[in-house]
Amino acid sequence: MATKKPEIPTLATLVEKLKSGELYEEVKKEVLNSQLWTSSFRHGYADTPRNRVLQIVSNVWLHLHPVKIHRHALRIKFTWCMGGITFLLFLSTVVTGVILMFYYRPVGEYAYFDMKYLQYDVPFGMLMRNMHRWAAHAMVITVWLHMFRVFLTGSYKPPREFNWVIGVFLVTFTLLLSFTGYLLPWDQLAMWAVTVGTNMARATPFLGHEGPFQEYVFGVSPRYDARSMLIGGSIVGPPALLRFYVLHCIFIPLVAGALMIVHFWRIRKDGGISGPL
Amino acid sequence: MAETITNENKKSVASTSKKSPKKDESKDTIWSRRDFFSIAGWAGFMATLGLSSLFFTRLLFPRVLFEPSPIFKAGKPSDYTVGEVSTKFIKSQRVWIVRDLEGIYVVFGLCTHLGCTPRWLNTEKKYKCPCHGSGFTKDGTNFEGPAPRPLEHLKITLDPDGIIEIDKSKKFLYEKGEWGKPGSKLLI
Repeated sequence: MATKKPEIPTLATLVEKLKSGELYEEVKKEVLNSQLWTSSFRHGYADTPRNRVLQIVSNVWLHLHPVKIHRHALRIKFTWCMGGITFLLFLSTVVTGVILMFYYRPVGEYAYFDMKYLQYDVPFGMLMRNMHRWAAHAMVITVWLHMFRVFLTGSYKPPREFNWVIGVFLVTFTLLLSFTGYLLPWDQLAMWAVTVGTNMARATPFLGHEGPFQEYVFGVSPRYDARSMLIGGSIVGPPALLRFYVLHCIFIPLVAGALMIVHFWRIRKDGGISGPL
Repeated sequence: MAETITNENKKSVASTSKKSPKKDESKDTIWSRRDFFSIAGWAGFMATLGLSSLFFTRLLFPRVLFEPSPIFKAGKPSDYTVGEVSTKFIKSQRVWIVRDLEGIYVVFGLCTHLGCTPRWLNTEKKYKCPCHGSGFTKDGTNFEGPAPRPLEHLKITLDPDGIIEIDKSKKFLYEKGEWGKPGSKLLI
């Protein structure tokens, strides 16, 4: 079979092609028709209502978002964008937190020194730690402001009452994330803050050994109660550090993440962001 | 199967009612086979879930803790003088050992206001908390400052060798009427 060899273009023809724009068109055509491109971007840029809908619903990252929103939903004066800012801060803590995990060991002997190592010996370590800390502080503030806004605008009323309850769980998990993260620097402030905080668990009804009705529950004692379950012993020691680390990095973010998915999805299903009356 | 269906068809024809064969079937058994497997499946699933939750809860309480023991030895009863508050163990164990005419008892050095360690002032014969000024008499009764209740007493016993043994995990609270209970005081 005598196939025709592809012609090797000379430099002169190439330059001519480049000048006329023919080369650009050829490359563009080649790229846009490639399997990689067509399987990744399944819709063009046509600015028609139908195509815009397709762009949103056929994208896993965008499909949680509504295809169209009310004009009032963009009014910053109404929403303060507090929910969105809270989510952005959550994402920052996830990214910086994962980076911190490359160096931090939740072990009594190492934790404090790993924190110091991150601050003084790891390039950009101080930046990551401070970003994580400040984003966490800011998130606690913005989540409350978001709740305040939702309350003021009456957005907790039916049909949005389910989402309000999800939001209450989310604010609780935000505070628990903050509390569990507080222990991890493993310094005196962390130790005593968590000692005071977990001492409150002694007074848990039924399950705390100093709480009301504990005498009706079998086996509740200082050794077996809500507090010792939380800190894995009777004092805030290495077991407490490991437990708080697992809660902080794995358990609570997973649960909060799942609730966030429900929260965002319900906004859309409950008729979008509530509008001014 | 074929036989049953024909039987049921006969029955329904005989009774002249227009019930479906399925309804008749559910009449003479409590559950259909499908119901039974569905219930059994769910019951098994829930039982597994419930049991593993119990296992996990138990898993969170290890059998051994690598912590200082709450029990310690505090010498012989004759080491303590009547009418005195011993500050021998306040640094290491956070307790005072007090001997009166009846016997020996242990006062826990944890202010009932916010948890600081008070100081025993021998000249004024009182425990004084440096944080917010709570004052307690020799036996731990609160008489000044913000402390809402007396200091706690701890369990004191004598081991077979005649040595005092103090268990800090067992507390005796005045407001619960526990100060006279066995173990709250070593009678001599």
